[in-house]
Parts: sequence; structure tokens; C-alpha cells
Amino acid sequence: MEEKNRALKAAFPHTIPVFTGFMFLGIAYGVLMDSKGYGVGWTFLMSLMALAGSAQYVAVTFLTSAFNPLYALLMTLIINARHLFYGISMLDKYKDAGKLKPYLIFGMCDETFSIIYSTKPPQDVDPHWFNFFITLLNHSYWVLGSVLGALLGSMFFFNTKGLDFVLTALFVVIFLGHWKTQQNRQPALIGVLCSVICLLVFGPSNFIIPSMIGIIAVLTITRKNYVREKELAEEGV
Amino acid sequence: MTLTPMETFIIICMVTLGTMITRFLPFLIFKGNKSNNSYINYLGTVLPYAAIGLLVVYCLKDVNFQGPTYGFPEAIAILGIIFLHYWKENILLSIGGGTVLYMVLVQAVFI
Repeated sequence: MEEKNRALKAAFPHTIPVFTGFMFLGIAYGVLMDSKGYGVGWTFLMSLMALAGSAQYVAVTFLTSAFNPLYALLMTLIINARHLFYGISMLDKYKDAGKLKPYLIFGMCDETFSIIYSTKPPQDVDPHWFNFFITLLNHSYWVLGSVLGALLGSMFFFNTKGLDFVLTALFVVIFLGHWKTQQNRQPALIGVLCSVICLLVFGPSNFIIPSMIGIIAVLTITRKNYVREKELAEEGV
Repeated sequence: MTLTPMETFIIICMVTLGTMITRFLPFLIFKGNKSNNSYINYLGTVLPYAAIGLLVVYCLKDVNFQGPTYGFPEAIAILGIIFLHYWKENILLSIGGGTVLYMVLVQAVFI
């Protein structure tokens, strides 16, 4: 118990930015769901089970068009394909997490991944419980925020047209964050250019898979160059 | 609600299943041992940045540049986000400000 308390206390401060962000984005999600006629129960269930910000926003379109579960599954796989690479990064860290491991992997959203990947717990704190509480706190914030939004949405009526843009804004801001580091610009640019080209060629409903293939191909071709630049950067040239 | 409760529940399960496949798959494939494949490690380093670029384009995929708003609300809102982000460097302010700006543009300016 003592050990868990220490881990919780150590984990909490790292999650404060996520608390703010998830309240905002969660409330926006709950309001959006409510505006489409899906009440607090559905929002709660979706946020509890899926815990996937961008996929949940896109899923609003699955819920407001003809019923097509296979399309929903495929689109979710495509949108969340980036998690595959979080998983690869976490293989070592989660190796000995034991009974906590399934939940740690279940809750590995973008924010949880980036905190756990970049934070070392204090010496006297068990790292697996520390990671567990970061995951659990972030998960709770997301559920709480979206439930609040669903409740507020049913109490106040305001024009929600354009609220969906919050997702675009989130990705633009994350993109700008990456852009600040010189090292990340090339892959970021490859992502945008391949997608724009594929969008123009294949059209809005079929461009994601060609884009992913294109991105992997270009990243593979430019690998040697990237590795060399990284070495130069590390040598301080 | 467009879908029936049962259909809604199935969609929620599909979104959950899709998400969980992407989170659990690497652990199932590389069970027990750390990946020593430098190519996979390289992709793990660069792909997150490219993926966000893809997502930005994905969000804007339905913008019509031939009318009726010619993509102006999106372009102005994104410029606003860039401005806010370099000015204040506050993630929430950038996201919130950009969204409010966009909502004002599509609700009051470009109707």
C-alpha cells in the first residue's frame, strides 16, 4: 500500500498537463457526441473502452453514417497504426511489468506513451506502479472529461458547428511541436508530402493506405541519410 | 442517434478492438525479447512524426478549395494556431484559440 501511494504521488505531477488537455478535448468530445444525439452513457462507454482521442473523434462519423462495422475497424486500425511504433519502443520498459502489463499496454495512448517514454521515476518508487498510475490517471481524465462534456452538452445548447476542428488543431499543434526540433523535420515533411500527393491521386476516401505505404517507402530510402545526420548532430557538428 | 443501440455498441467494440490490436501487436510479435532490429527501431524513431503529418492532412481531406468557402476558414485558423503557438508556446491556448477562431469563422463570417 505504502509503495503504491508513493508511486501515485510521484506520478501525479507528470499528468497535470494531460489533465488540462483531456478535460478540454474530452469535454469537446462529449459535447460533440451529444450534439449528434449520443448521450452520456455512450460517451462513457466509448472513452472507457477505446481510450483513443483521434479514433474516437473520427468514430463520430461511423456513428452518424450507415452502419458499417468493418469500415469502422479498418479506419481505426489505420488511424491508430502509429501505436505499433509506440509498442516497439516500450517492449523493453514493459518487459517485467507482470500483472500490470496488460493494462499498461491497453492504456498506451499518445499522451501516456510520451510521458512514460520520457520520464524516469524517483529511485525509491517502483517503476511499474509509477507507469501504472500515469496510465490510470490519464485514462480517468479522458473518461471524466468526456462525461462532463456529454452532461454539459445536454444542459446548455450552443452552436457546435466547427467544434470538430479541435482535432485538426490538436494535430497541427503536435506537428508544430515536432517541427521545432530540426531532427524531426524531415520525417514530418515526408508525412505531409506523401499524404498530400496520395490525397490528390487517390481522393479523400482512399488515400490513407497508399500514404502509409508511401511514407514507409520514402523513410526507408532516406534512412542512411537520416542516420548520418543524426550522428553528425550527436557529435555537435 | 443515427444507429440503433446494438449497432452503436458494435461500433464501440470495433473502435476498441482496432485500437487494442495496434497497441498489443508489437508485444505479441516480439514476445519476451527486445527488438534488436535496427530497421524497426529506425521506423519507431521517425514514424511518429510522419504519422502526425498524415493526420493533419487526413483532418483537412474534405476541404473544398473550389468553393463555397475556398478553404479560407481552415487556412486562417491554422495560421492563427501557428501564430499563437510561436507567440505563447501554450499548447492548450493554441488548440483552444484555433478552434474558437474556426468556429467564429464558419458560424459568423463564411456562412
